[in-house]
Amino acid sequence: MDNDRIDQIIDKHHGEPSYLIQVLLDIQSEHHWLPREALERVAERLQVPLTRIQHIATFYKAFSLVPKGRHEIHICVGTACHVRGAPRVLDAAEELTGIKPGETDLDLKFSLQTVNCLGCCALGPVLEIDGKTHGKMSPGQMADVLKNYE
Amino acid sequence: MSLINSPAELEEFRKNVLSKRDPNKPCITLCSGSACNASGSLEVAAAIEEEIQKQGLSADVDIRRTGCHGFCERGPIVVIHPEEICYFNIVPKDVPEIVSETIKEKRVVERLLYTDPSTNEKIIHESEIPFYKYQERIVFGFNSKIDPKNIEDYLAIGGYAALAKALTGMTADQVLQEVKKANLRGRGGGGFPAGNKWEGSRNAPGDIKYVIVNADEGDPGAYMDRSVLEGNPHSVLEGLTIGAFAVGAHEGYIYVRQEYPLAVENVHMAIKKAEEHGFLGKNILGSGFDFKVIVHQGAGAFVCGESTALMTALEGRAGEPRPKYVRSNVVGLWGRPSVLNNVETWANVPLIINKGADWFTQIGTETSKGTKIFSLVGKITNTGLVEVPMGTPLKDIIFKIGGGIPGGKKFKAVQTGGPSGGCIPEDQLDLPVGFDELTAAGSMMGSGGMIVMDEDTCMVDVARYFLDFLTDESCGKCVPCREGMRQMLKILTNITQGKGKEGDIELLEQLSETAIEAALCALGKSSPNPFLSTLKYFREEYEAHVKEKRCPALSCKELIAFYIDPEKCKACMTCAKKCPSNAIISAKNQIHIVDQEKCTKCGTCFEVCPPKFRAVTKISGEPVPPPIPEEARTIVRESKQK
Repeated sequence: MDNDRIDQIIDKHHGEPSYLIQVLLDIQSEHHWLPREALERVAERLQVPLTRIQHIATFYKAFSLVPKGRHEIHICVGTACHVRGAPRVLDAAEELTGIKPGETDLDLKFSLQTVNCLGCCALGPVLEIDGKTHGKMSPGQMADVLKNYE
Repeated sequence: MSLINSPAELEEFRKNVLSKRDPNKPCITLCSGSACNASGSLEVAAAIEEEIQKQGLSADVDIRRTGCHGFCERGPIVVIHPEEICYFNIVPKDVPEIVSETIKEKRVVERLLYTDPSTNEKIIHESEIPFYKYQERIVFGFNSKIDPKNIEDYLAIGGYAALAKALTGMTADQVLQEVKKANLRGRGGGGFPAGNKWEGSRNAPGDIKYVIVNADEGDPGAYMDRSVLEGNPHSVLEGLTIGAFAVGAHEGYIYVRQEYPLAVENVHMAIKKAEEHGFLGKNILGSGFDFKVIVHQGAGAFVCGESTALMTALEGRAGEPRPKYVRSNVVGLWGRPSVLNNVETWANVPLIINKGADWFTQIGTETSKGTKIFSLVGKITNTGLVEVPMGTPLKDIIFKIGGGIPGGKKFKAVQTGGPSGGCIPEDQLDLPVGFDELTAAGSMMGSGGMIVMDEDTCMVDVARYFLDFLTDESCGKCVPCREGMRQMLKILTNITQGKGKEGDIELLEQLSETAIEAALCALGKSSPNPFLSTLKYFREEYEAHVKEKRCPALSCKELIAFYIDPEKCKACMTCAKKCPSNAIISAKNQIHIVDQEKCTKCGTCFEVCPPKFRAVTKISGEPVPPPIPEEARTIVRESKQK
């Protein structure tokens, strides 16, 4: 991500340090992770110490300090999905991708993440890949869903 | 669009909007909330538009994409006005039939109607369907009538009349007194009276004050605030502006989860439209009152739902709570008086101003007034959002509205109040829902999550689940929460894995006591609730795990084994083909055996075994029977004998 784009985002938020989280969210959503150079640029422009930015980037779940895979798998482990069997769906996903929640595989194909509620409890257990929802999942269906992603 | 400068101009504008609308013109409304979108509502919307155009009806039919109707189990939902014909579980291929039959010929498409499971009767109108019939949807009901992106829809149902009344017909103090008299209690968790909170801010020193909408709905399994904000954002803005007027604030914030993109989009759009019409900005409705609203997105931290943590996050810092010796309504955002209420609380305010506190206090119980929206999820037939008057018995919500437990299973408990709440067992189902009633039962109202559990749910695992959630979300600032919870989770995890020891339960009780006494904020103080309430009502399950290494619900993975009953197995190979770890020893016409060494206990075999055989069973607390000898495995089929 180049500095011009980061500057644009900062300007959109009027260069206000109180908008720091909003700036980081915009960078995260466009770039899918927060490279160190980007954080340094933000620190310089907003006049906020880099340590504070790191505090925020590690405190909130939305941020990633490492590159993400091409496809982001979000498995809902909210209460409704949990009682409907989400842990077994998660086990199946871990087994098939070989990664644990929070990790990305070496080919940068999948990133696996658990989320706490996607708010479509009627469809639970729910899994979301790149924003597309797959409802009423069972461990046995996982392989069929994942094979559609390259 | 020119600004509306007075209540008279507002009424003139409203008349104009209404005069352009023909109540008899057919209108197709389609639920387009996040949950329905996930079930394919976007595709249905495209199909409706295409079909209307194809049949040349563009000028004769209105299409309205509304927010969430609440009956998520049956989404996407289509309602045809003015007849109010409801169709459920719509897919794009149903659309041509709906248009040619119902719109053109005025005939009902029977197969898309709701079928009452108890009588097998088809029901045409929303108001007759049990799910809706027993609700009282004073806040949530507007969702199905308006397109959240269209401010005219909100004006058509009387929107912003309360704002006009408050700003030009009442003093700030009168507004405050009305809300106090209504005894509106915060719908986000604690149930603190909103009027008192407002008054504290109003009387606090300082010229600059803030009002804030808490839309950081983090409770897993709860999504009512999202649905109100998505489906009816103007009602929240109107309530917030009235609150700002009462408190004397000129700046408001909406802190909304970044995980709710549609809510973020709709609220931005609503603010823009409200500004264009003069419901926000300078000199609102000619009253001289100025107010602006700023949206901040949360970056994913459950603790930010806590008032002081949320305000810290709004300041652009890590959202950690602070001790509340001085409440945030006196010293809050940027050290200034700040009123924070959640989405549903703000959405109630215009109703109270419009209809009066006397009307509002007629609904509900002695200490809990009005209605509450619950998100009814888990092992329940009718998953969805339900709004009922306070005081409605839990039993009515779960069985009359929710339709009971699916699959003929037995009800076990209902968990209310989110991770900090508790579980309520079957013998307490007559309990009327209300802030104080739920607290007395060892749970709490919280934001209104209601997760139903059946006989297959392990209560120890539920407690472990919530502790796991809270440990992950603990900000780490105070020791009882950071360290105590970690230890509690460790012990509970051990118990669910069959490694529980004598004395574990007592140790958990001690740790709970410490957290309740000494943690800094509500997250830590209430963290032992899930454990304490499940222990109170389901102690025998804890003891079975610890003493017998048995999971009575057959749910804890380490304590169960899958076993194929040789008497019932018909060697159909279904489980063997589906098993992801090749743990089924099988061959054609050979009774299948689960290789316990290889089995990962994913349960796939249990799910796929054809219901007519039901050969796969779960065993807990006793040894798995040895596999039958190889020579006895062959099945001789009757048809082959002949």
